[in-house]
This record gives sequence, C-alpha cells and structure tokens, in this order.
Amino acid sequence: MEKIPILKMGEFLLVTIQVDMHDRLAMALQDDLTRAISETGARGVLIDISSLEIVDSFIGRMLSNIAAMSRVLDAETVVVGMQPAVAITLVELGLSLPGVRTALNVDAGMDVLRRSVGASEEMYGSRLH
Amino acid sequence: MVVVSTENVPVKTEPDVVSVRRRVREVAAQLGLGLVDQTKIITAASELARNTIIYGGGGSMQIETLNGPRVGLRLTFEDQGPGIPDVELALRDGFTTGSGLGLGLGGSKRLVNEFAIVSRPGEGTRITITRWK
Repeated sequence: MEKIPILKMGEFLLVTIQVDMHDRLAMALQDDLTRAISETGARGVLIDISSLEIVDSFIGRMLSNIAAMSRVLDAETVVVGMQPAVAITLVELGLSLPGVRTALNVDAGMDVLRRSVGASEEMYGSRLH
Repeated sequence: MVVVSTENVPVKTEPDVVSVRRRVREVAAQLGLGLVDQTKIITAASELARNTIIYGGGGSMQIETLNGPRVGLRLTFEDQGPGIPDVELALRDGFTTGSGLGLGLGGSKRLVNEFAIVSRPGEGTRITITRWK
C-alpha cells in the first residue's frame, strides 16, 4: 500500500505530503505518526503541506487530530507551507485548524519546534532546583 | 447560457474523490479560473464527492463548462441514496449524521457563487454548484 514517509531528524519527525491524499491514506498517516511518536519519543512533528493544492474538511480534521494526539504524547506539531489560496479556502469553508500550530515554511517551523522543546526543558529544569 | 462541454465522472468509491479533484482542477485551469477560484471549487467538489459516497451510496458528477454571457464551471453531484430529510438542517455548520465535522454542505455553499440542492427522501440528492470566472 502507498505510504507517506516519516523521517526522523534528531528529536523531531518530518513529514512532507507530496501526493493528493485519498482519505484512507490520510488516516494511515495519522496512525503511523502517532505510532512513530510513541516509538521514537519524538518531541516535535513538522508537517510540510506546501505541495498540497487543497485542504478539505477531511484533511483539516486529520491535521487537527495529529496535533491533538501528538500533544497527548508530549510532542508539539507544526504545519508549514500552506499555500495562500488553500488558507483562504480553508477559512471560508469554516475551518481555522484550532489547536494546530502553523509556520510559513520549514525553517520557521523548525524554529517553533526548537523553541517549544527548549521552553519545556527550561520549565522542567527550574522545577528541579 | 451556453453549455460548451459536458462530461460525467463516476463518484462511487473513495479513490474517486481524488479523481474528482484532479478532473475539476484540469477543467477549471483550462477555463482560466484564477488560482483561488480553482482552489475553492475543487475543495467544494471534494466535500460534495465525499458526501455522495458516504451518505448517497455513490453516484456521479457532471462537469459542464459554461460560456455566454459569463464563463463558468458547473458541477452536478447526483446520487440515488436515501436523500436528505431536512435540507436546511443539513446545511447548518456542525450538523452531521456521520462522523465528519459537518462542514461539507454549508462549507461548499460558501465556496461557490451558486448552490442548488434538490433532495427527495428515498429517491436521492442532486446538488449543483457554479463558480463564475
């Protein structure tokens, strides 16, 4: 079966969605990512959707689910690279991706992840002292 | 209004949703619709195609390109499913009888210029959307 690859980079997982996903593929990605976070102990997930020409309610829900599940597993999710036309359409459709952090591109997204992991370690550290 | 071309696309199984999106994109681009307009009608088509499969038990989509006086793209989704008992309720955001977000119908209506729905319980549903250039 077709699969979307998940790459591990340090304590983060990277996913680049480059195909027009049918619904089952989107569901599989959600399951695979959740499993990968739990297996690797990843602290962050970066999902690059710059190749996606549309995000409909199904894909939007998948992104929200991934963000929620990874949060429960102590990982932060950031979705990057949304095309402007996709953003306009998504909001008009009625979806604003609540609970999903976004960044303009991969670099900015990595910054968000590094900061959030750094911040939580600082908090943890200060509690120890 | 002049219908320039008509074609039918099956909307029966889940992978057909991807074919619907691809075909609507091709035709919308050929018509010269702007990128945002293309994205809107493709997204609306994706929502309606999924509804046709999940709630209508499968059906078809007709693509028509329109010209004179205006250039536009008209899509008609038709199924012979159970129909929608209360269309007004079904159009409301957040309403769903399935497991979705309940944005499909109301959301797609907002993404197009014209939206028409005819549904008869026990007979099926026909939804027509138009996006003008």
